[in-house]
Amino acid sequence: MSKQQNKEVALKNDGLSEEEKLYFSDARPRPYEPYSIKAVEDFANWARANSLWILAFGTGCCSIELRPLMTARFDISRFGVAGRPTPRQSSLFIIGGYVSVKTLKRIIRSYEQMQGPKFIIALGSCPANGGMYFDSYNTINQFDLYLPVDMYITGCMPRPEALLSSILELQEDIKAGNCDGANRYVNNLDWYKTNQKKVIKNWDMPDYNW
Amino acid sequence: MANELMNTMLNRLKTDFSVSDISERKPALTTLKVARENAERLIRELRDREGFTHLSFITCIDYIEDGIFTLVYMLHNHDRNDTLGVEVDISRDNAEMTSIHTLWAQAWTYQRELREMFGINFPGSPRLEEDFCLEGWDDIPPMRREFDTKKYSSEQFGHREGRHSEQPREHMKVTLYPTRGGDE
Repeated sequence: MSKQQNKEVALKNDGLSEEEKLYFSDARPRPYEPYSIKAVEDFANWARANSLWILAFGTGCCSIELRPLMTARFDISRFGVAGRPTPRQSSLFIIGGYVSVKTLKRIIRSYEQMQGPKFIIALGSCPANGGMYFDSYNTINQFDLYLPVDMYITGCMPRPEALLSSILELQEDIKAGNCDGANRYVNNLDWYKTNQKKVIKNWDMPDYNW
Repeated sequence: MANELMNTMLNRLKTDFSVSDISERKPALTTLKVARENAERLIRELRDREGFTHLSFITCIDYIEDGIFTLVYMLHNHDRNDTLGVEVDISRDNAEMTSIHTLWAQAWTYQRELREMFGINFPGSPRLEEDFCLEGWDDIPPMRREFDTKKYSSEQFGHREGRHSEQPREHMKVTLYPTRGGDE
């Protein structure tokens, strides 16, 4: 139902000047449609779960925990997970800690440029409820108002073991076909965009960063 | 030795620049107060004649009760390993200060930040009007003390249901050490 609505209305791109509008797409993203044969979809999910690529974008102090995760002691590559330097090649976005408004804008740009299927793990207390920055003028308090979150890890800051276990859990969820964050984002794009534009006052980018 | 040099210099500055409130905060850190109109001249003198060639930082303190901002220019002398804080009081209502980006090029970054966080104007400083940390900020500068950061946060970002805060001292008394009855 919502898919039909999405196809009808093009994005307005109000933040861009008339000249810039020529250079950016105003097409709406489309939700992912699973394969009609369940066995094929299950196989695809199994493959996705076992080749997660983390976007190397540290947003706050919790992203420090990603470094030991990749080196010898915790060695995330045991589970088929590795880092990628560009959103175009990654499928897992780990929000590393507090998100300031300025960073949120970059996070949205990066997330939208990632190719589906894509997943978000919000790491630490700050994206969940503001954490120790709950009264800050510059950090958001509920990350799931702005982007869909597949899994929260609480703690200030969580140990790499917590990340390891959450990634294992995320893999189980993906295999079960439960991680539909990207589809939720596409289907409720207007709601997410309203929330995003409420806090990002100088919206000078296209409404969807293809 | 270093102290003698410092004292000689400070005595000279007292007469030349009507410097006041000289106090040694700790070894190798002295602060002094100077009037706004003498400040740039004094800092130039310190840099060119007295060897305070390094600008560590510029910062600002908001004394809202007195209606003033105190700007602190922290200068360092590498030869004598001595630090000097030059404090300048400016009015809060019409906050404006001479730019020193001609003395140290990096000063304009600090000045840009001060303009954004405190609303202090530095006429002539490069790229002063551009956004620095806060993009599209439309309220009063957030580091001014009349700015209510919790209220702003609640209005802009909201709070998740179920979150509550404990005072660590009370919480530990009740949950961790109930038998002690709150004794230290």
